[in-house]
This record gives sequence, structure tokens and C-alpha cells, in this order.
Amino acid sequence: MNAMADDKGVVLSEEQKKSRKRRSLAIALVLTFLVILFYVVTIVKLGPGVMKKSGLPAISVIV
Amino acid sequence: MSLISEERIDRTESLSGFAGVEDYWALLKPRVMSLVVFTALVGIVRAPGEIHPVIGFVALLCIAIGAGAAGALNMWWDADIDARMDRTRIRPIPAGRIAPGEAMVFGLLLSGASVLMLGLLVGFLAGALLAFTIFFYAVIYSMWLKRATPQNIVIGGAAGALPPVIGWAAVTGTVALEPLLLFALIFIWTPPHFWALALLKKRDYERAGIPMLPNVAGDDETRRQILLYSIVLAPVGFAPFALGMTGWLYGAVSIALGALFLVFAGQVYRKREGDAAERAAKHLFAFSVLYLFLLFAVLLCEGTAR
Repeated sequence: MNAMADDKGVVLSEEQKKSRKRRSLAIALVLTFLVILFYVVTIVKLGPGVMKKSGLPAISVIV
Repeated sequence: MSLISEERIDRTESLSGFAGVEDYWALLKPRVMSLVVFTALVGIVRAPGEIHPVIGFVALLCIAIGAGAAGALNMWWDADIDARMDRTRIRPIPAGRIAPGEAMVFGLLLSGASVLMLGLLVGFLAGALLAFTIFFYAVIYSMWLKRATPQNIVIGGAAGALPPVIGWAAVTGTVALEPLLLFALIFIWTPPHFWALALLKKRDYERAGIPMLPNVAGDDETRRQILLYSIVLAPVGFAPFALGMTGWLYGAVSIALGALFLVFAGQVYRKREGDAAERAAKHLFAFSVLYLFLLFAVLLCEGTAR
């Protein structure tokens, strides 16, 4: 048994630590991807108008 | 409930922590997922109307994740029989790399996330259809039909046939005759495809206690059913052209491939002994994959050329 419970808690083997690191990295990549995806989908759903500054129309700015 | 031996549960629990990213990827049944994505893409491309490429990508992603989630739930439930079959004993749960509970949570989490994302970001009907597909595959097929009746893959095939309908619904928000024909095509294709495999893996299924048609009704009856379904499949494959939904290319390809399918099914029906029988089943199984791929590839090409 590699994961041993003693006074120090569960002690992971080197192999388990490597696996955990790879899993953590994969989760981080997936979450980053989802953040970007939701941002892009929000822009797409709101349409190109969302990029314009709110407030008065352009002609009023000139006046 | 899956009957996983105490010994194996102990082993999986003790190995918990070793599972790599590739084991979780394997839980998603990537090969099945690729077919699902491909047929769903055809549904999206052939649907009338416009879909923003980003939303189309999200739809495909959600359908892929949903299919993978259903696969993970299937592996969780079937871990006991997977351990008894040569073809499946290397899967992450029977091999002891992932604990059954982890696979269940993974599958449920991805199911919820994919349905929610598809429903909120793309369309409610598409989301509802994906939820139904996951439920049908994980509960109706895996938990009920698979161990109960030799008609398991006939009825269960509905789950694998739904992706083009979901793709269509993602674009239009409705369901029409054309995606239902694509559903029928995959639905009728499934039994001869899987029964050809079942003829080859009969002992495996017997050891696992799964009532596949060759184990319950015998090889001869299975060959007869394969031929009957193939006779129905040819006109169903031709129907989209006959009803004016496709171009001449699809019409010609569907006739040629339907005829070839009948030839291969006829060989399975006639050759019943020894190596020749095994070869015939292998040929039909391999050709059935090519058959579906080519028909949908032509549909995709015609859809993008419109």
C-alpha cells in the first residue's frame, strides 16, 4: 500500500504525487478554457454592439 | 447494481491516486465520442438556417462531453462485466486505476454540465434531447436492457442515433423529417453492426452473462436477423435522396453502399462454419463502420457545398 495513514496523515508516493500534479494541470487547463469560452460566447450572444461604448450616439459627440 | 467483488474494490481503493489524465479520457469512450461528434456535425451542417461558428462549436463540445459522460456512467455500471471480457478488462475501472465511485461522480458531473451548457448557451430543445440521450444510454440501455434482453442493442441503439437530431435542434430549435431519417438510418444500422461483433465475441459475452442474440437465439437466428435488418437498411439509407433532401451524389453512394452491405450480410448468412464464417462476420463489422462513415461524409460534403 502506497498511501499510508499515520500521524502525519496520508503520505503519497512519488508516483501518486506525479499523477496528482498531472490531474491538477489538466483541471487548470480545462477551467482556463471554460473561462475563455464563456467570455467569447457572451460577446457572441450580446452581439458586436457590446464593444461600443454606451451613452450618446457618435454624432452627439461631434456636436 | 454492479456486482464488483470486494477484492477488486479494495484494490481500486488502494490504487486511488494513480489514475492519470488518460484514464479519465478513456472513461469518455473517445472512439464512440468521435462518431457521435461526426454525426452531430452532419446534423448541424444540414440544418437550414444559420448558427454562429462559436455557438456551433459549443453545441458540438457539449454533445461530445454528454456522450463521454454517458460512456463514463456506462463503465461505472458495467465494471463487473467489463472485468470478465477480454475486450474490456483493460478499461480504467476493471484494471483498478479508477475507483467506481470516482467514475460515477465524473459521469454525473459531466452529464449535468454538458446538458446545462447546451440548454443555456445553445437551445433548450437541444439540451433536453442531450439529457434524454444520456438518460437513455446510461439508465434504459446500460442498467436495464443490456442484461435483460437480446433486443438490448436494438432499443439501446436509439441513444447512438440521436446526435444528428440534437445537432439539427441546436441550429433550428425544432426537429424535422430529415434528422429523423438520419436517426432511423443509425438506428437500423446498429443491430447488424453489433450482431456481427457479437458473433465474433460470443464467448466473451457468454462469460459476462450478457444476453446477446447469438447467445440467446443462436448463430443462425442472428445471421437471419442481420440479413433482415440489412434489407431494411438499404432503402432507409436511400430515403433521404428519394425524398429530395440530398443531391445525386448521396443517391448514388447510398445505392452502392446499401448493395455492398447486403452482399456482406448475405455472406454472413451463407457462410456458417469455420474460418469462412468468422471472416464474413469480420468483414461485415468492418464494412458497417465504413458504410456509416461514408454516408455521413457525403451528407456533410453536400451540406457544406449548399
